[in-house]
Amino acid sequence: MAVIGSLGTDRLKVNLAGLKLNNPTMLASGILGYSAETLSSIVAGGAGAVVTKSVGFKPRKGYANPTVVQADFGLINAVGLPNPGISEFVREIREMKRLGVPLIVSVYGFSAEEYATVAKKAVGAGADALELNVSCPHVKETGSEIGQSPEVLAEVVGKVKAVVDRPVLVKLSPNVTDLVEIAEAAVRAGADGITAINTVRAMAIDVETAMPILSNKRGGLSGPAVKPIALRCVYDVYERVKVPIMGCGGVTDWRDAVEFFLAGASAVQIGTAIALKGPSVFRSVSRGVDAYLKKKGFRSVNEIVGLSHRS
Amino acid sequence: MSAYRIAANKLRTTSILSVRTESPTVTTFTFKDRECARAKPGQFLMLWIPGVDEIPLSILDVGEDGAVSVTVKKVGEATEALHRMKAGDFVGVRGPFGNSFTRKKGKILIVGGGTGMAPLWFLVKRLLPDVERLVFVMGAKTEDELLFMDGLKKMLIGGNRQLVATTEDGSCGITGLCTEPLDRLLTNERFDMVYTCGPEPMIRKVFELAEKCEVSFEASLERLMRCAIGLCGSCVIGKYRVCRDGPIFTSKQLREVEAEFGSSKRDFDGKRIPL
Repeated sequence: MAVIGSLGTDRLKVNLAGLKLNNPTMLASGILGYSAETLSSIVAGGAGAVVTKSVGFKPRKGYANPTVVQADFGLINAVGLPNPGISEFVREIREMKRLGVPLIVSVYGFSAEEYATVAKKAVGAGADALELNVSCPHVKETGSEIGQSPEVLAEVVGKVKAVVDRPVLVKLSPNVTDLVEIAEAAVRAGADGITAINTVRAMAIDVETAMPILSNKRGGLSGPAVKPIALRCVYDVYERVKVPIMGCGGVTDWRDAVEFFLAGASAVQIGTAIALKGPSVFRSVSRGVDAYLKKKGFRSVNEIVGLSHRS
Repeated sequence: MSAYRIAANKLRTTSILSVRTESPTVTTFTFKDRECARAKPGQFLMLWIPGVDEIPLSILDVGEDGAVSVTVKKVGEATEALHRMKAGDFVGVRGPFGNSFTRKKGKILIVGGGTGMAPLWFLVKRLLPDVERLVFVMGAKTEDELLFMDGLKKMLIGGNRQLVATTEDGSCGITGLCTEPLDRLLTNERFDMVYTCGPEPMIRKVFELAEKCEVSFEASLERLMRCAIGLCGSCVIGKYRVCRDGPIFTSKQLREVEAEFGSSKRDFDGKRIPL
């Protein structure tokens, strides 16, 4: 098995708000992020960094099944933020420190104070950075209900920034009228980076029984179906904010990743594609990006970030 | 290749063809499904009980007409709702998922406990034409709960085949757990493979006996399932995802997860809890 960063190239190295990655691919939040042991397979697959499943103040069981349903070009999920709560999760975070890649802990809360408390504990246990989940489309009074108001979001980011000394990324929802306004509010409040996007609100209905399939009825769509939406969001945000952007939504191969870099992302996050291609999807994307950079005569992936804005 | 086929993951709604009572608490449901008709012994499917839940079930059988069967014990809200369903009612199906038992030809020992019998029935059917010898040890609490006994008796006629039943209350066969006769069986005879499925503490015991006698071993494990395609992490044991890397595990893999195997699983909130 190849060692992390074994591509042996500096072309892929990126620095995201102080986080040093050997390659610009990251595990997206929500995928296999309960335990260090499962994340180790993602790191072995070539991920440059990992984002944990979202953790909150108290334990949550999530929703009854069906929690995941296959759409034509993606998956719709409403898992419901299951997590053991931060007091229990700090033990996993300490284990995850041994993974050898930057560890980003995804945090959610039902108030600005809860976000801050969870964030502080996560950093205390060793998180290299935080990603604020202000965009989960299927749990009430958190997630996208926070991330759709610039004022509420600014309060959350401000309170978290006041208690931690690590980079704070903010993961945004596409389910808003003006994503750019939200991104600007997050950055003004101190966000060190923006992840765009979380899943797109969606649902599936069974024709025989006339019933919504997900137990929560509504969920969030991920995978190739949302890539064009995510790409447009990254492109728009890049025009207005100066912090690094993590592109997220449907990245399955190197070409998708390059599109996100050209739109303005400094790194890409991958989730749904793991079901299609396995954990080695990270390595295959990195290799493809590296080959593209070499062919085009670029010395670093940083040189193509936002390149499509020139035209 | 770890890629999954999207066609198999897409939910299909199908009507129940028949319902068969196996015991006071166990029922077999049969339905048509083209994807699951291609399943191999050991694979599982996700069954949607509309408006109630979606649960993982081992595939019991695929008939020559392509009808797929699953056997379900009444254990909670979802399975009770399923038990109230009749022929003609609609259920949803995803799968088949996961790996399958390896197909061996030599001397085979199979150990089944409780509803763990389901994937083993499918396995026996597919193995029988080619095996040199087959000993099947089945156990349950009472005679009532010994599943597929009549069918197995018919299938296991002949000198090189043997069926051993055990019950905890002594109402049928040997009194005690199904692991009781194993020590003797494994010491007296050299088997090429032990297959097992059942309650995990039982599987663990069988594993330890197989380890002691240095016999190849495969077991089907069960964990809480959500996505069934290796993404959500609900079913992890150590570094393995039961839905994708399992549900069938070899002794080599089980040695790697010895801390959890037979003792703990992840709860709905992801916390590790006793089995």
